[in-house]
Amino acid sequence: MLSIKNLQANVDGKEILKGINLEVKAGEIHAIMGPNGSGKSTLANVLTGNKSYEVTGGEVFFESKNLLEMDPETRAREGMFLAFQYPIEIPGVSNATFLKTALNEVRKYHGEEELTPKEFLTMLKEKAKVLGMDETMISRYVNVGFSGGEKKRNEILQMLMLKPKFVLLDETDSGLDIDALKIVSSGVNIYKNPNTAFLVVTHYQRLLNYIVPDFVHVLYKGRIIKSGTKELALELEERGYDWLIAEQAEVV
Amino acid sequence: MNEIKENPAEELSEDMKVLDDVTSSEYKWGFVTDIESETAAKGLNEDVVRMISKKKKEPEWMTEWRLKAFRYWLKMEEPKWPNVEYPKIDFQNISYYSAPKQKPQLNSLDEVDPELLKTFEKLGIPLEEQKILSGVAVDAVFDSVSVATTFRETLKEKGVIFCSVSEAVKDYPELIKKYLGSVVPYTDNFYAALNAAVFSDGSFVFIPKGVRCPMELSTYFRINSQETGQFERTLIVAEEGAYVSYLEGCTAPIRDTNQLHAAVVELVVLDNAEIKYSTVQNWYPGDKEGKGGIYNFVTKRGACRGKNSKISWTQVETGSAITWKYPSCILQGENSVGEFYSVAVTNNMQQADTGTKMIHIGKNTRSTIVSKGISAGKSNNSYRGLVRIGKNAEGARNYTQCDSMLMSDRCGAHTFPYIEVENNTAKVEHEATTSKVGEDQIFYLNQRGITSEDAVNMIVNGFCKEVFNNLPMEFAVEAQKLLAISLEGSVG
Ligand SMILES: Nc1ncnc2c1ncn2[C@@H]1O[C@H](COP(=O)(O)OP(=O)(O)OP(=O)(O)O)[C@@H](O)[C@H]1O
Ligand SMILES: [Mg+2]
Repeated sequence: MLSIKNLQANVDGKEILKGINLEVKAGEIHAIMGPNGSGKSTLANVLTGNKSYEVTGGEVFFESKNLLEMDPETRAREGMFLAFQYPIEIPGVSNATFLKTALNEVRKYHGEEELTPKEFLTMLKEKAKVLGMDETMISRYVNVGFSGGEKKRNEILQMLMLKPKFVLLDETDSGLDIDALKIVSSGVNIYKNPNTAFLVVTHYQRLLNYIVPDFVHVLYKGRIIKSGTKELALELEERGYDWLIAEQAEVV
Repeated sequence: MNEIKENPAEELSEDMKVLDDVTSSEYKWGFVTDIESETAAKGLNEDVVRMISKKKKEPEWMTEWRLKAFRYWLKMEEPKWPNVEYPKIDFQNISYYSAPKQKPQLNSLDEVDPELLKTFEKLGIPLEEQKILSGVAVDAVFDSVSVATTFRETLKEKGVIFCSVSEAVKDYPELIKKYLGSVVPYTDNFYAALNAAVFSDGSFVFIPKGVRCPMELSTYFRINSQETGQFERTLIVAEEGAYVSYLEGCTAPIRDTNQLHAAVVELVVLDNAEIKYSTVQNWYPGDKEGKGGIYNFVTKRGACRGKNSKISWTQVETGSAITWKYPSCILQGENSVGEFYSVAVTNNMQQADTGTKMIHIGKNTRSTIVSKGISAGKSNNSYRGLVRIGKNAEGARNYTQCDSMLMSDRCGAHTFPYIEVENNTAKVEHEATTSKVGEDQIFYLNQRGITSEDAVNMIVNGFCKEVFNNLPMEFAVEAQKLLAISLEGSVG
């Protein structure tokens, strides 16, 4: 589904991604771990087309289409979704207005009818219920005054509404209490199916108990220095990153 | 799960309609009506003033008032303090009167020139009553004259007077003598004096004691002729306990010369009465290089004369090459309330210097100012506001919030707040913010499938929400559309 080859990217002229290679197939869940500042969010932003990040080399194919040639809204309409590490506030715009616009854009792109306000609201309420979200959140302004946990849930709500094919979760677990973590994970688990794939960025093995990955990758200084199965996450939890970094230094 | 209390379904569909409707970047109201007009020769002198008065079959006292204003104006200087720039206006190179020929008697709409009905229909203002679903009574002003006022009979039953000022001068001379110029005297400023001398038409509204006006009243101003100034004059009086919501809209054809619009609006509110005055100003702004467009120099002022009276100004200013206007409230009556909610958008070469004055005279008077300025292109947008608390205004309160949003690196936003407090029990609060439309916000919306253009519209509409919430529904929709169109192509 997603094929990343030797992807390199700069931020403010500084090289952050130094050649990422990754293959993600439909139905798979990949976890990306790695120390702060290693480039995890950068990867997510590059894949979704944030213009503050400059791609300097490599290529990315999304269902055999050249992803890097698409503008960010086309990538989104094609089914790329990023649950932001820091969701953005949009004062004065209600969650419902925002979501309805987004959903209809995606539907239009796929030649589907727009939803009527009633159909839309029914759907929105149903999804909000799955995530145990208070209904007042629907008419509140996008992320304004939301607690950290509420913002993260709101991201997952958007995912459930937009039904993307490829989902990037950037530290969606940070700031969530245990109950919220379970609810959000169950949202992801309900949604996941053989046609979707996930790239889950996290610092904590805990999340991976709920969202069980097929593969775990360690990103360090802009490179994937180790890949393994879910047991790798357990090992990292126990031993930290130092041993891997040391191994890496020996190789170089 | 509970039902949603604040059901956003309706609001939603409206919001969507707005975003969908935005398809063209042209000024859509720029067409010219091909109608035979009677237009006065250019130039201004006492004879022209007399001619206008005679055309309108005005009584002697009105002619005299105009002449006094004219003589006063001759001695005045054009104001130089606004933060706007434009070449000197040649007041002798403007025509001061233009009217469609064969002005109808106004007994019935059947007598209105079909060409005019078509014009207003094209502007989205159908004048046939059966076509108006929303229950808004409309006074349509075309160049210098009022061509039709709808729903007069319905209003008359309630004692509400809604007609053109010209008719009011003839039909209700006592009311006009009592109130015209009582809030904005012709001595007030250069353009107010000019307006008093040559004003052509406008609306008169009178809501008698204890009456809540059963429908929204609205005046739609249309400039058609070239090189004609429009000088309308609006007077609204709400007697004790009365209430009215009044809307004003305006457009003009695309012309590559500048045209002057110098209106005066006066509001008078007595005990426990309220006037809500909303404007969506969309005069032709000129082209991208700044050629053409309307000079919009307007004096709007309301007097809260009675106890517990209230005036609320809401304006959405998207048009005009230059806007220069400060809708104000004189808070005389005890506990009277003044409000000013404003969105001013400037793009390309547009200039706006707008704001309000809140003059607190009575005890426990309160005022609220919410101003949202949006600048794009190379435009300049200034907020200028005065809050004056007089020495007898025990317990007066003001809250001012002044937010600016910048859409480019070449535009400007300026804030000039003036605060004068003579009573130390008063409380005045002022908050101001300036922000750029955030790239992170745009990306967030992009990432959900929304284009940058739509993202900006959404962010800007959100920014203006507090003001739009004060507009009647249809106007709010109109305002959002206008905003989207004005800012089209400004994302870069
Ligand atoms: N907009 C930016 N401007 C300047 N530097 C940036 C920007 N975004 C990222 N960086 C830098 O790029 C590097 C990688 O950042 P990134 O956010 O991708 O790390 P991360 O792996 O997601 O870290 P964390 O685990 O803390 O979220 C960091 O050194 C960071 O400071
Ligand atoms: Mg990160």
